[in-house]
Amino acid sequence: MPKLTLDDLRKLREEKKHEIEKRETEGKDIEIVIGMGTCGIAAGAKDSLEAFLKEIDKQKLKNVIVRQTGCMGYCSNEPTVEIKMADMPATIYGNVNADVASKIVTDHIMNKKLVSDHVFDKPSVDIIKK
Amino acid sequence: MQYSVSDFLTDIVQNSIEAEASVITVDYIEEFPMLNIMVGDNGKGMDEETLAKAKDPFFTDGEKHKNRKVGLGIPFLIQAVEAAGGEFDIKSDVEMGTAIEFSFNLENVDCPTEGDIASAFRSLLLFNGDYEILINRIKNGKSYRVTKSELKEALGDLESADSLNLAKAYFESHENELSGKGE
Repeated sequence: MPKLTLDDLRKLREEKKHEIEKRETEGKDIEIVIGMGTCGIAAGAKDSLEAFLKEIDKQKLKNVIVRQTGCMGYCSNEPTVEIKMADMPATIYGNVNADVASKIVTDHIMNKKLVSDHVFDKPSVDIIKK
Repeated sequence: MQYSVSDFLTDIVQNSIEAEASVITVDYIEEFPMLNIMVGDNGKGMDEETLAKAKDPFFTDGEKHKNRKVGLGIPFLIQAVEAAGGEFDIKSDVEMGTAIEFSFNLENVDCPTEGDIASAFRSLLLFNGDYEILINRIKNGKSYRVTKSELKEALGDLESADSLNLAKAYFESHENELSGKGE
């Protein structure tokens, strides 16, 4: 791969932007927040981040933003990830490895179905169907 | 315990974010076999007493986690550095900021792997908040430097998958060049 300059990035990003406009003008209303504190990093949160980005790209989702935060306080369940989106309860998932990350994108984000085995906090238990 | 040098770097920079730094500098300098990493920030800093405690795994400021009694980021790093014959130094001033410098001898058998440097550099850009970060990377005489604001300007945002995948490609291509794998 030749060395990418900032100008190359600008052009590549512009190309992607045209793709977005062709699709639909949806706001970025889905937010993924990944815990990237000492505990998250040690548990492999960077692999989870990579898996989220790959799956979002694969599914061609354009309305998702991805952010990192520090420790969310659930160190024993790292990597932890919070998903905020319309029509779904704000959900914190625990033990989110790369496979679970892909599943969260396809099930939770695309099909609005909780990945029950990994729900860690909220929503209340009666909503979770095994 | 962190697995790679890249993980330690992400961890240390996350401390700077938590210290409310608006400017962070990262120097990642490799002159084989030595790897020297410096992280400087203009965050809230620590007084002498707190600074000494930061090296203690059983200390945390307790602001974030009321029932948690450990703070492992810096102690993990010191442990890894000491095990691999490297050096660690931390300086801090209240309201001025904190500077951390650590080194590894890459030939030491106990030196952690460097890990995915491109992915680590990208991670440094993704924490919440409006901070600037300057990454200065030198490897065996070759170098590149880039800031978060330059990448954000070029990509339009630093939160969509498209931008973040491109940001990683940017760092990967530069890393490849430094390793003689590019072009």
